[in-house]
Amino acid sequence: MDTRTNEEWLRDLRGENKNQAIEDLRKYLKKGLIYALSSRIKTDLEHQVEDFVQDAILRILDKLDTFRGEAKFTTWAQKVAVRVAFTEMRRKRWKDISIEDLLPEDSGDFTPLVLSDPSPDPEKRATQESMLQMVEEILKDDLTELQRTALLAIIHGGMPLEEVAQRMDTNRNALYKLLHDARKQMRNRLMEKGFSAEEVLAVFENG
Amino acid sequence: MKLSSETIKKIMQSVKSTRDEELHCGHCYDELHQFIELKLSGKNAAEAMPLVQDHLDRCPPCREEYEALLEALKAFSE
Repeated sequence: MDTRTNEEWLRDLRGENKNQAIEDLRKYLKKGLIYALSSRIKTDLEHQVEDFVQDAILRILDKLDTFRGEAKFTTWAQKVAVRVAFTEMRRKRWKDISIEDLLPEDSGDFTPLVLSDPSPDPEKRATQESMLQMVEEILKDDLTELQRTALLAIIHGGMPLEEVAQRMDTNRNALYKLLHDARKQMRNRLMEKGFSAEEVLAVFENG
Repeated sequence: MKLSSETIKKIMQSVKSTRDEELHCGHCYDELHQFIELKLSGKNAAEAMPLVQDHLDRCPPCREEYEALLEALKAFSE
């Protein structure tokens, strides 16, 4: 199925054999996506995959100049098709859900943190409460509202990064950077307060 | 604001594994096809491209796409 060299793929997709090359690429991407997505898409798999492949081919043709040849062309193209498919699947799955739907109750004006499942052991519960207060201070004072909201939407709400990014009018890469900065900030503030993340974690392990 | 200990633990786990230098999603995506070919050829991709492996370990959407791409490419080896 993949009998062309990288140079042949690029030459054919740009030249006289374009239609045949696109058709061959379509078959290749479709086979791979059906194999990869059959456990995730239960209805109308073939039709959905055809739509993904159609969009992927447009993107591949548009980005052809960015292929640097450090892997097989078909591996690169299949990567683009997987990205197209997952972006669309996530968009469909999360389309009616806002970030506010996912945030913990009362997070808007940042009411004090309360543990919904405190330890039954009074001594441990007291330690949890004091750690919780410290985490709350860091979330409230050291993170921006954007960082706090994104962190909670992803970790508490389970929303994928790109869906949060889209709702915040940014992109997946920029949001990752925002969250990376937030995690570093939290780590540094914990250290300044004399704790490590491991120590805080231990307090919330096993109830 | 009510949070479960599970959420606090997830936040702390993400803080615990934070590195000063991390690949962002775009960089990971740019290198993913090379990483996966190393993997498929039986080489130690994680050792050759540790920052990609690190990003895949901490970023669920990128990991999900990596696993699906691995599956897709298996369609041509079976």
